[in-house]
Amino acid sequence: MKKIVSLLCALVLCCAMMPVSGAFAAEEEVAVYNWFDYMDPEVFDLFEQETGIHVVPYYFTTNEEMIVQVQYNPGAYDLVFPSDYIVEKMVRLGMLAEINYDNIPNLVNIDENLLNPDYDPENKYSVPFMWGTLGILYNVTMVEEEVDSWSILWNEKYANRIYMLDSIRDTMGIALKYLGYSMNSTDLFELREASDLLIAQKPIVKAYYVDETKEKMAAGEAALALMWSGDALFAMELNEDLDYVVPQEGSNIWVDPMVIPATAKNKENAEKLINFLCRPDIAQRNCEYIWYSSPNKAAIEAMGEDYTENLTINPSQDIIDRCEFFHDIPEDEFEDFNDEWERVKDAR
Amino acid sequence: MNDYQMPSWGYWVMGVGLALYLVLLVGYFIKCRGFRRPVFASPYVLWIVIFTVIPVLLVAYFALTDGNGNFTLDNFRDFWDSDYLRRAAISPERAEKLKERGMTLEEYLPPNSSNVDTLIHSIWMAFQCTVICLLLGYPAAHIMADREFKLGATLVVLFMVPMWMNFVLRTYALSELLEEDGLINNILKGVGIGARQLLNTDGAIQLGMVYNYLPFMVFPIYNSLNKMDYKLSEAAMDLGCNKWQTFYKVTLPLSVPGVISGITMVFMPAVTTFAISRMLGGGKTPPLFGDLIEKRFSGSALNWNLGSALSMVMMVLILISLGFLQKADPKGEGGGII
Repeated sequence: MKKIVSLLCALVLCCAMMPVSGAFAAEEEVAVYNWFDYMDPEVFDLFEQETGIHVVPYYFTTNEEMIVQVQYNPGAYDLVFPSDYIVEKMVRLGMLAEINYDNIPNLVNIDENLLNPDYDPENKYSVPFMWGTLGILYNVTMVEEEVDSWSILWNEKYANRIYMLDSIRDTMGIALKYLGYSMNSTDLFELREASDLLIAQKPIVKAYYVDETKEKMAAGEAALALMWSGDALFAMELNEDLDYVVPQEGSNIWVDPMVIPATAKNKENAEKLINFLCRPDIAQRNCEYIWYSSPNKAAIEAMGEDYTENLTINPSQDIIDRCEFFHDIPEDEFEDFNDEWERVKDAR
Repeated sequence: MNDYQMPSWGYWVMGVGLALYLVLLVGYFIKCRGFRRPVFASPYVLWIVIFTVIPVLLVAYFALTDGNGNFTLDNFRDFWDSDYLRRAAISPERAEKLKERGMTLEEYLPPNSSNVDTLIHSIWMAFQCTVICLLLGYPAAHIMADREFKLGATLVVLFMVPMWMNFVLRTYALSELLEEDGLINNILKGVGIGARQLLNTDGAIQLGMVYNYLPFMVFPIYNSLNKMDYKLSEAAMDLGCNKWQTFYKVTLPLSVPGVISGITMVFMPAVTTFAISRMLGGGKTPPLFGDLIEKRFSGSALNWNLGSALSMVMMVLILISLGFLQKADPKGEGGGII
């Protein structure tokens, strides 16, 4: 009998503990779902100090992982940072809430060129957070010729000195671009040509990485790498022999916007946070921390020549003109896109 | 987007199982008026059912169905003819477009055996790994178990210490050593051989596997040698055997159970690994069978049905090899895993 009593006591104790942990949830909060290392960590503290709203951060590494999480955990996230073509998909699937711009007066700071984009034509669902390009990061001490074409990534002189991205849209995209096609092609023949080109390149590629590349390039492990502009700048800060270029054939230009899921529980807090992130001093802080291009005119003005004269972070209009946005590819056609990429990965 | 989830009957089986378990437990408790031994054993039964039996059933279910839950054997067909599912998935309109440009679907996606090739490559890599581990591990175990060798116990600890660290961490450390500007290449440069490509090769993966799995070979052999009655080899010596004959006729046969167990414990993880090949292969080396399965579940080419079929093939192969091993060590003296 004693045993049963003690068991019951333990059970009661367990039950008593539970509401305690729930009590913390009562205060104002906003759940943010962002890429790893994509925000100055102090920004959330500042936001908490000013508004008293507690920020609960969550992180993801790929868009595909993120969209599954948002779909299967309704209400778990209030503010999400997907890539542009994923916003297109989320809009199509009805996953996003319309933003109330009355709560975001700081929108005036955002560059008009980045508003009303293709992925969200009426700008109902998204506010740009950062943007950037895709290009070649190279080590000037190891590369003799001028780097201005994707063809250098196929130059056998640099065998085992080239890093490619283990990222389907980017790597397939530049192969398509090099062949003169659109990065959003779904034509079976064009895709096959692109995958054949990448298979031919495979023997001279050193590795297919995503996050490792910037550190390895900074350490001088390879001569050339396919890289995003912000990661390139990160590496260039560590190693002054590195330079970044967007090839003549054109490349990808992208925007990472902030969106609010339709299922968000704290929509107004999320809007407050968007407004906060659009404030010039905060935008500048983030820009100087993660090194991607800022859509915030006022912040750019404040940063002055450091920003405007840096072609990597502030590409000229002719570079922007030859770049292309990714678009969402419908699922059944994306299967083919994916399978051609798998052909490259499985090639021996 | 693929929205794979556990079929509803999975929850039913779990729910009914749990309810049944609780009812039986309470019934038994009342009948015996207190806790008896079977009550304490029962959580393990529950554990096995939830984490082994039901998952295996689910794998079998996914392997034998298509995306809509209808019965099909196509997933296994895709194992033999690696583009079978893809050929079936291309819509008639797209196939028509191909034809307009002078190519049939069969020409665009010819039958190929890349899944089978990958499996053979994986088995070959795992076989090499096992042989190397055996050649390195047996002498080590023999030395450690030697009664006259005073440092034996120290060696055992030294073998064990690295295992206290997470294997992902150790493998990353290995990748730094193998880098072009890493320690090994710098030594090679210093000696005058010159740097060479070490990382992102099959050799690097092999090294990673041997490094990670060697203790699993050493310890079972060490165990069986250690508990061997040393009077047997003394008797052999007394009866005129020299050292080699003693080893060959007494020690070796008595250590077979340990060897068998070691082989199992090295070969099984080696043939299914995907973490090591990803960390040391850099996406450049030919994929292993584990990579193929992994990418169907969480990677880029999500397809749980095909992934389950590939896992089933793997499981059957492992079961067959376990059967063979059990023949060689029927009593499981080497602390075998079955």
